[in-house]
Amino acid sequence: MTNDTAAQSEALAPIMTARGVDVFYGKKQAIKKVSLDIPENQITALIGPSGCGKSTFLRCFNRMNDTIESCRVTGDIQFAGQDIYDQKVDVVALRSRIGMVFQKANPFPKSIFDNVAYGPRIHSLSESKEHLEDIVITSLRRAGLYDEVSDRLNEPGTSLSGGQQQRLCIARAIAVDPQIILMDEPCSALDPIATAIIENLMDSMKEKYTIVIVTHSMQQAARVSQQTAFFHLGELVESGDTETIFTNPAQERTQNYISGRIG
Amino acid sequence: MNDDHIVSSFDEDMTRLETMFLEMGEIVTEQLKSATRALRKEDRVLAKQVVKGDKQLNKMEAELNDLAIKILALRQPFAGDLRKVVTTLKSAGHLERIGDLTRNMAQRTNTITKASADTGPIETLIRMSDIVQDMIITIMRAYKNRDTDLAMKVRARDESVDTSHNALFREMLTYMMEDLRNISGCMHVMFMAKNIERMGDNVADIAKEIIYMNTGDWPEDKRIKSDKTSRMIMDPDAL
Repeated sequence: MTNDTAAQSEALAPIMTARGVDVFYGKKQAIKKVSLDIPENQITALIGPSGCGKSTFLRCFNRMNDTIESCRVTGDIQFAGQDIYDQKVDVVALRSRIGMVFQKANPFPKSIFDNVAYGPRIHSLSESKEHLEDIVITSLRRAGLYDEVSDRLNEPGTSLSGGQQQRLCIARAIAVDPQIILMDEPCSALDPIATAIIENLMDSMKEKYTIVIVTHSMQQAARVSQQTAFFHLGELVESGDTETIFTNPAQERTQNYISGRIG
Repeated sequence: MNDDHIVSSFDEDMTRLETMFLEMGEIVTEQLKSATRALRKEDRVLAKQVVKGDKQLNKMEAELNDLAIKILALRQPFAGDLRKVVTTLKSAGHLERIGDLTRNMAQRTNTITKASADTGPIETLIRMSDIVQDMIITIMRAYKNRDTDLAMKVRARDESVDTSHNALFREMLTYMMEDLRNISGCMHVMFMAKNIERMGDNVADIAKEIIYMNTGDWPEDKRIKSDKTSRMIMDPDAL
């Protein structure tokens, strides 16, 4: 194997794998035997109609479902070769490696600076005040927000526009140096310009991070992702490279959904 | 696949696109049929009608283009719908091109008929036109019925048009060598034959689009092309 092909196959190796994952809310099964690989440094989009289980499945990746009492997850999810549901796993540390951005931007009632500095502080990631500043500025830059807020870092995060708040949340997730960022409908409350800025940001972020996004917008999935997985009634119907899914899907159910024939 | 979209006006747009394309196919077939009859009957009135009739085809193609662009912009189709819109758009371009070639054929008919120019035997040309007319009718049926096998058959059939074109090329060269006064008429017939040969290529391209529309894959095999006229030379001493 040449160096080039070795590098290529390394880049395509999954950073996360799910095998036979079931999720139950009480007795109701929300996810049925789902297996999916998440390739590193790519954007994977999870699509499907409301209630199909895509957000539930996304939340399995950093054990956010643990916060719901009636929720039970079985199956195997490996991250960097480790079972993330192993009892020995430190969930807080896991969530710093696998960050999350939610549908509604949720900045803390703190300054812009403190919103981003929060994670590094609680995880003791900074060695000095200067180092912390460096982390905050780098994170804001990576989230494409720094130039817009550089002269008002002490103003409240809530004073920003919706799109800026969402990028602040992305900066907050980045600040703890994660490998994966999970995004649950990150643009559904944003106007097309703010959406385009976030999508452009995601595209540049994938060089450093792996992104998994849940989106209701098939156009968004088609625009931003390299891999798409279609969920329906708790099942993973089909996954594959985005171009194939949107031009020539293998499954009739996928075809019917993406062409607006089933909701 | 479910036939109906949740948004019914999307269905209406798609049906309209299909109807417009099928109508274009019918008109192109009629145009070629008339152009061929005009040549055979030396009918200048009919030839002029064909020339005039091409405007309608151009107009229909422009309308189909507008509708396809509207669907792409406003409906943002995916998968089978996307393939149908794009391949119909491209195929309509091929039909419009066949229309142009037919118009050119009618113009030449008008010219040689007016000049009473001797063209030599035109049976091979008529046969080529008959094959292409049948190919157009069949390819429109393949589109309407989403019949991939039929599209494949039409694509393969273009070879027989090429073969006839080769034969006609040779016939015309011989005829021109026999008597220089035949050259003018024969040259027009040769250009008409080239037009029909190009029409066959356009139909074969539509067949390729239909195969992609239906399957999502482009045909892997290369179409057999038998047009050998570009390598043909006639030695006067061999006559």
